[in-house]
Amino acid sequence: MMTQATEAKETTLYLEAYEQLRQQAANHTPVWLDRLRAEARERFAQLGFPAPTLEEWRYTNVAPIAKARFVPAWTTDGAAEAGQRWKSRLYSEAQQSALVFVNGRFRPELSSLAALPQGAIALDFEEALQSSHQALIRERLARGAAFDKQHFAALNTVFVGLSGAFIHLAKGVRVEAPIQLLFISDGGPVMAFPRVLVVAERESEATLIERYVGAADQKYFTDAVVEIYVDENAHLEHYKVQEEGLESFHVATTWVALKRAARYHSTTVTLGAQLARHNIAAILTAEGGECRVDGLYMVDTGQHADTHSLIEHRAPRCTSFQLYKGILDGRSRGVFNGRIYVHREAQQTDAYQTNRNLMLSNEARVDTKPQLEIFADDVKCSHGATVGQLEEEELFYLRTRGLSFEKARNLLTYGFAEEVVEKIAVDSIREQLNEVILNRLQATALDVR
Amino acid sequence: MLEIRNLHATIDDQEILRGIDLQVNAGEVHAIMGPNGSGKSTLAKVLAGHPAYEVTEGEVIYEGKNLLEMDPDERAREGIFMAFQYPVEVPGVSNAQLLRLAYNEKRKHHGLEELDPLEFKELLAERAKLVDMDLSFMSRSVNEGFSGGEKKRNEILQMAVLEPKLAILDETDSGLDIDALRIVADGVNKLRRPDNAIILVTHYQRILNYIIPDYVHVLYRGRIVRSGGKDLALELEEKGYDWIKSEAGVTASA
Repeated sequence: MMTQATEAKETTLYLEAYEQLRQQAANHTPVWLDRLRAEARERFAQLGFPAPTLEEWRYTNVAPIAKARFVPAWTTDGAAEAGQRWKSRLYSEAQQSALVFVNGRFRPELSSLAALPQGAIALDFEEALQSSHQALIRERLARGAAFDKQHFAALNTVFVGLSGAFIHLAKGVRVEAPIQLLFISDGGPVMAFPRVLVVAERESEATLIERYVGAADQKYFTDAVVEIYVDENAHLEHYKVQEEGLESFHVATTWVALKRAARYHSTTVTLGAQLARHNIAAILTAEGGECRVDGLYMVDTGQHADTHSLIEHRAPRCTSFQLYKGILDGRSRGVFNGRIYVHREAQQTDAYQTNRNLMLSNEARVDTKPQLEIFADDVKCSHGATVGQLEEEELFYLRTRGLSFEKARNLLTYGFAEEVVEKIAVDSIREQLNEVILNRLQATALDVR
Repeated sequence: MLEIRNLHATIDDQEILRGIDLQVNAGEVHAIMGPNGSGKSTLAKVLAGHPAYEVTEGEVIYEGKNLLEMDPDERAREGIFMAFQYPVEVPGVSNAQLLRLAYNEKRKHHGLEELDPLEFKELLAERAKLVDMDLSFMSRSVNEGFSGGEKKRNEILQMAVLEPKLAILDETDSGLDIDALRIVADGVNKLRRPDNAIILVTHYQRILNYIIPDYVHVLYRGRIVRSGGKDLALELEEKGYDWIKSEAGVTASA
């Protein structure tokens, strides 16, 4: 049983950090943002960290985060040499369209936006707040990620504007180069609160990559919130590659609103962190929207990866596809909770959801819970979940073609992941993930060119 | 090349093979026929090394070695190939990837250089012609979304690439229409050589019109109850398996 006193202690660190920040930053923060932070601060002070007694947190205990002590990112110097160490993690397609953050701080010298056409803007959040886009930011920020209910979204909002990016695509703008946001953590027990706001105006098209990397042996904490608006007929491809250090904690909230005939495709790849939780919500707010929300989590001993997704059909004739696959080895733990909610108005909805888990070890565990809530009567919805091991017949088949047991096992595991990976349209992400997967399987000798 | 002596095998403690004797020499085609449940497919799977079957008695000598002591993949690298009755789908792994991996595993085993993707592509294009397979199949996942006929052709393509010494075709004719059957049979015939051998497991005589066997064996209740030349297959076609069943019944009770 948690006492009032320890709960207070858990939030103290964050509330004190907020106080310090408020005193320092009072002069140049817009008043409305100050108010937003203050509101979020009140909310977080009430909510605290989620208890495992809450249904949403039943399988994921965040006590290790609550008990740990972190240093606020903005008090660190953003370690320039760490940036040099990790800058190779920029995908080659995004060399001229990337913003790089080290320990929560924007590093302009590692960033370049030369490949962005006119009408496409990507700015460090602090800078964006001083720009002509402030009104738009004020209008859209914190409307989706419900900081009144979600503990970690509230915590992020307490520090909103210090880290992260604002991306704006004007009407009809098409961006060829993928826009990459690279978040590097390599400076000890840092806590960072990246916040990303994307506004893709009508008929615009772009690809967004979020990539999180960090030092393997450091116990740091990332609490990210990404809010995305895909307006009429706009199209956004979104990749999130989470490769945080294995001691770290990664909590992220993604919220996407699609307008009429908008398209949003995302693939979330979860490879890192000792404790990872991703809440992703896609809201189809107007007719003809289409979203594909895919994911792959691959974890081993000492890792816990939790995905909670919500696909909400609020309007007729929208389509949603969801494929999440998990590969669990050693004493790892996976959680998938996928909810599809179809409102009464959302007739002729086409919604599909699958979660498949491949257990490579008897000690791994996964809890999967697909949920359909349908209030319309003319819909096509299906969902399913599987948890299993490699099929004996598949292993035998490959062995009769001359592949050793080990190679057959690795090839099948690779193939299992491919269903998600092969859909990624950015070549170097796909290639990098294939390499990581084979490395994880200790199968670098498996030549799958 | 292959000598099977008094082979007994069980699955889940149920005896399926009850003393098989068979000798296969290089250059020969042997057809194994028999009614459903006679043990034909079990024999094929035991030779390929399926882990679900347990050999309880007898021995199998392949090229002078004890086959039953070898893992399925070692058997494959040593030149044994089984075309599956129900080829397995392998999502996420392309036909070309699997074929090249399999081909290179075998080459390494025999101390030869591996082929890189470009070199292999040439070889694959040439072999694909044997079974009239479009190259677009090479980038698709192994057997995934293939029709029944395409799966069987794909098995023969694998055989063409791996060039086995001993090929065991397990009901490769089942589920094929006449055109597909002809393509598959033509492919197999083109792969026949004096230094390799084929065991053809089939329920129907039809495929033997295209792949002419040197010997026909009839399997019933886990034993070979009759052996003969290609005419035996025609006799079976005419009289049906009941003839064998009643004859075997008489023999058993005699």
